[in-house]
Amino acid sequence: MGILLRRHLREAGPFIGLLLLCIVGTLLNSDFATWDNAMNVLTRTAFIGIIAVGMCFVIISGGIDLSVGSMAALIAGCMIMVMNGVAPLVGSPVLAVLVGMAVAVALGAAFGLAHGVLITKGRIEPFIVTLGTLGIFRAYLTYFSNGGALTLDNALGDVYGPVYYGAWLGVPIPIWVFLAVALVGALLLNRTRYGRYVQAIGSNEQVARYAAVAVDRVKILTYVLLGVCVGIATLLYVPRLGSASPTTGLLWELEAIAAVIVGGTALKGGQGRVAGTVIGAVLLSVIGNILNLTSIISVYLNAAVQGFVIIVVAFLQRGRR
Amino acid sequence: MNRRLFSAISLAVCALMTAPAFAQNKMVMGVSVPAATHGWTGGVVYWANRTKAELEKQYPGSTVIVRTASSAAEQANQVQDLQTVNKINTLVILPFESAPLTRPVAQVKGKGVFVTVVDRGLTDTKAQDAYVAGDNPGFGKVAGEYMAKEMGGKGNLVILRGIPTVIDNERVDAFNAVMKQNPGIKVLDAKHGNWNRDDAFKVMQDFLTRFKQIDAVWASDDDMAVGVQRAIEQAKRSDVKLVVGGAGAKDYIKKVMDGDKLVRANVTYSPSMIADAMKLTAEARVSGKTMPARTIIPSVLVTKDNAAKYYFPDSPH
Repeated sequence: MGILLRRHLREAGPFIGLLLLCIVGTLLNSDFATWDNAMNVLTRTAFIGIIAVGMCFVIISGGIDLSVGSMAALIAGCMIMVMNGVAPLVGSPVLAVLVGMAVAVALGAAFGLAHGVLITKGRIEPFIVTLGTLGIFRAYLTYFSNGGALTLDNALGDVYGPVYYGAWLGVPIPIWVFLAVALVGALLLNRTRYGRYVQAIGSNEQVARYAAVAVDRVKILTYVLLGVCVGIATLLYVPRLGSASPTTGLLWELEAIAAVIVGGTALKGGQGRVAGTVIGAVLLSVIGNILNLTSIISVYLNAAVQGFVIIVVAFLQRGRR
Repeated sequence: MNRRLFSAISLAVCALMTAPAFAQNKMVMGVSVPAATHGWTGGVVYWANRTKAELEKQYPGSTVIVRTASSAAEQANQVQDLQTVNKINTLVILPFESAPLTRPVAQVKGKGVFVTVVDRGLTDTKAQDAYVAGDNPGFGKVAGEYMAKEMGGKGNLVILRGIPTVIDNERVDAFNAVMKQNPGIKVLDAKHGNWNRDDAFKVMQDFLTRFKQIDAVWASDDDMAVGVQRAIEQAKRSDVKLVVGGAGAKDYIKKVMDGDKLVRANVTYSPSMIADAMKLTAEARVSGKTMPARTIIPSVLVTKDNAAKYYFPDSPH
């Protein structure tokens, strides 16, 4: 009974943390609890959240991907170049945008596949492979943009804008996409054979191998899945500012990993939850939002506040590891 | 015997040929700048390369070597290599960070290289012969004075700050000093947008949620102004009447030229200051004239009238 209660408390940790944070936010500024503010925060969480769902699979399988921020930046840059280049050829901005979106997802999948193959068949540590590509991806974006910014043509920007700024039933599109990705992720992890294999590999790779799980294939697929998530996040991100520069997606990898860990997934792999990851991602952006809505803390201490909250939430959901 | 005589003659010929060249101060200039990791440094690299070509044409026989570094440590190594491998006699450097580069630069200067430091200073001025920089307090002051005038001395204003640094403090302090003289203008708050479009977008969204009436935004940088404008558009707010960025990015100068409704002015803090520093240094070196110890390139207000003069469409910045 006690164990069961502890377990429930642990799983509710991130949720309790988010609830406490929301109460604090409302007390500090009454505008915090408005619909518009909630939509703003959830919309801007969508990128990190979608990436974090993919990251959740990779971490549960015992891997890591440090390159997602650079990957998103490079995909954004390539997408913009493709759309600008294709638009005059096909003559229809809508078609050009669709081509760009397809390129984003395909590039994400290709980068993920490369990671997966290097890690499993090349037998290189995921930390090293993705540390390498972290530098490679960003360097190529800087090269393509000549150190400045790649900007989407205005006509294309107008057509593409609604993907970020538009809403359905009063809820912005990125939130719907975030929700869909999270639902698919949760189903895949908890209700399919593939999800069980991912968890099995994370808790003991040798045993999974003896149990005739195609470990390499499952692992490669987790990186492809994450790459696709990065592609989807990027196609929501590009219409926001219509540009990509060498500072795009800086430190997103740490935010995505933090969301996964705060959400109760073990960094050593084996177990984790998609719902927790979603709450973790929202929690991280709520902290930033509250800090912007108030001016009681020195602006120099913002990062410290975020650090404190992350540690407190981790404490709330601690368990035997 | 023959061979020895031959070497002696060729040595003498060489000496004769190079002697007048030395007298004319043949310049081998090393230019060390941070790699193009964001818009402004992208502009620095562009201007450094463009000026390299100009100088080599203007002073035949001179060499200009441009090197970019992506960290302070890498730049320190480069400075050393420039001196030992490329045998430079002139160094123009925009230091990645002040403290870690002071020693390496001082060492090169100790070996007789003329050193011009640009923009970000060193912690010990003895390590340099000359200093060329943009005017950071002026950057804040010019923007502040323009905004106070445009706002008619009254209204609500928010500030987006850059990355917490000495440069940012100097700019914001000078801006606030102007606002102190305009008691009708209320500075609602100032938050760090880190010279980054995404961060500025978020900060501005939250400012718009928090304050029902904002008349003007000092975005203090053109990259941040991009994010600020998107956030205003998204919130469909019409109370904001003025957005002032800064640093003279080509897209923003173009907006000023075209008579944009929100963006009516810009303040220069141009990456072309590396070009000014290279030209001043080259002139001093080749002609043997002295160079002033400190050259401050003023921040200028760009409005519709003079915008064409500051528009460089092929720069990446």
